[in-house]
Amino acid sequence: MKVAVIGVGCTEFGELWDKSFRSIFLEAGIEALNDCGLEGKEIGAIYVGNMSGGKFIDQEHIAALIADHAGLAEFGIPAVRVENADASGGSAFRQAYMAVASGMHEVVIAAGIEKVTDSVDPMGILSTSVDQEWERFVGANLPALYAIIARLYMHKFGTTEEDLARIAVKNHKNAVHNPKAQFRKEIKIEDVLSSEFVAEPLKVLDCAPLSDGASAVILANENTARKLCDTPVFIEACTQASDYLALQCRRDLLTMRAVSKASRDAYRIAKIDPEQIGVAEVHDSFTIAELLAYEDLGFAKKGEGAKLIREGEVEIGGKIPINPSGGLKACGHAVGATGIRQIVELVLQLRGEAGKRQVDAEKALALNVGGTGATAVVTILSR
Amino acid sequence: MVPRFWRKIKYRYDVVGSHCENCGSHYYPKREICPRCRRRGKLRDERFPDEGIILSYTVVNGKIIAMIGLNNGAKTLAEVCADKVEIGMKVKKAFRRYGEDGEAGIIYYGTKFVPSG
Repeated sequence: MKVAVIGVGCTEFGELWDKSFRSIFLEAGIEALNDCGLEGKEIGAIYVGNMSGGKFIDQEHIAALIADHAGLAEFGIPAVRVENADASGGSAFRQAYMAVASGMHEVVIAAGIEKVTDSVDPMGILSTSVDQEWERFVGANLPALYAIIARLYMHKFGTTEEDLARIAVKNHKNAVHNPKAQFRKEIKIEDVLSSEFVAEPLKVLDCAPLSDGASAVILANENTARKLCDTPVFIEACTQASDYLALQCRRDLLTMRAVSKASRDAYRIAKIDPEQIGVAEVHDSFTIAELLAYEDLGFAKKGEGAKLIREGEVEIGGKIPINPSGGLKACGHAVGATGIRQIVELVLQLRGEAGKRQVDAEKALALNVGGTGATAVVTILSR
Repeated sequence: MVPRFWRKIKYRYDVVGSHCENCGSHYYPKREICPRCRRRGKLRDERFPDEGIILSYTVVNGKIIAMIGLNNGAKTLAEVCADKVEIGMKVKKAFRRYGEDGEAGIIYYGTKFVPSG
């Protein structure tokens, strides 16, 4: 059964000091319902991506909390929280997709939310996505592991810190035109290179921020979608793959096997080649992660990803624009909300509603990654 | 946290991992199932080699954390005690302190690596 996205909503991403976990969820959900003219009680089920309500705000059982505050507990609508580190949003989207594709539900909502600024050590909490006993124990956090990948990549392929910096510069440039973005401000290569080291060779401006934010999308089967919506965006494929959790267990540190597996499966199901993708939102939690994504998604050969950024191919107007929203780097990374936020951006792009950051594309791809790549979710959308 | 640490002591202190007698692979940390052989796998605990090389590294919070390629092909992540390191540098394991649970808590020991010349 074909499944479409018919409504999208997203809060601004950033340090939302004046807003609570409860309020940002509602903001995104109501925007998505209004977008497709639904009241809410038509929803068959709620899937919420959230990495760590327990650690960030000391609240578990958040799916029920959300159903309650959305007024949907009144109708008994089932809600479930999906956790896959920062791939929670993408994973929730996939669960929602399967619920409709299977015929179980006609209309469902997939949402993502994270409130990080109410906690003392957000990076420490994000780093619970890596192996606690064999990686965190020896002093490695999430940036340290990506730094180890980056150092090896540069050593093997001759890519430079400047190449990585270009990725951050490009994403900041795109975010200027995104009203929901955390950093709507251009930066220069020198700004990145002169920012402080977080984990050598990665610097502050190689890293996505940790943000508050929520996002929501409404999915429906084809019949319902055509009734409710003039501009349904269809899900051509939504795949997920796993890799070894700890880096040390992987044969090749420079390939995210979960990304290449999930994307190969997605291309096969959607019956397309990577060249046919007109726009992509990828998981640039660190600049090196975006570079690996170029290759593991099949946009460049292994070791040649930097060419795409040097030659402007991944800019808006290039051959394959990547992260027109500003990506995690500049739009912000609200952990569990990110995977859904990527879908929101691509739906706007395919509808032609992306304003000054509009890209001309018929097919779009989203890549949401958990931790250092042990989970990857790939979604292909089309007009 | 004490039992959680205590259970791993043997594997941390001596770098004991798994060797599959069916396919010859070495795994660190120890595994219960050989991912290659599945049901045909024969995993045994084995003390891993003392020496390896630095495959990659970072400096974070003032410490050098490196991916070490052990001489049997397995990899391990560990702190390296040295002023400066580089990719390809030879290292050997050393028993060292990693941290402690506050002033009155237990001390966490484990394996770090030092340059082996």
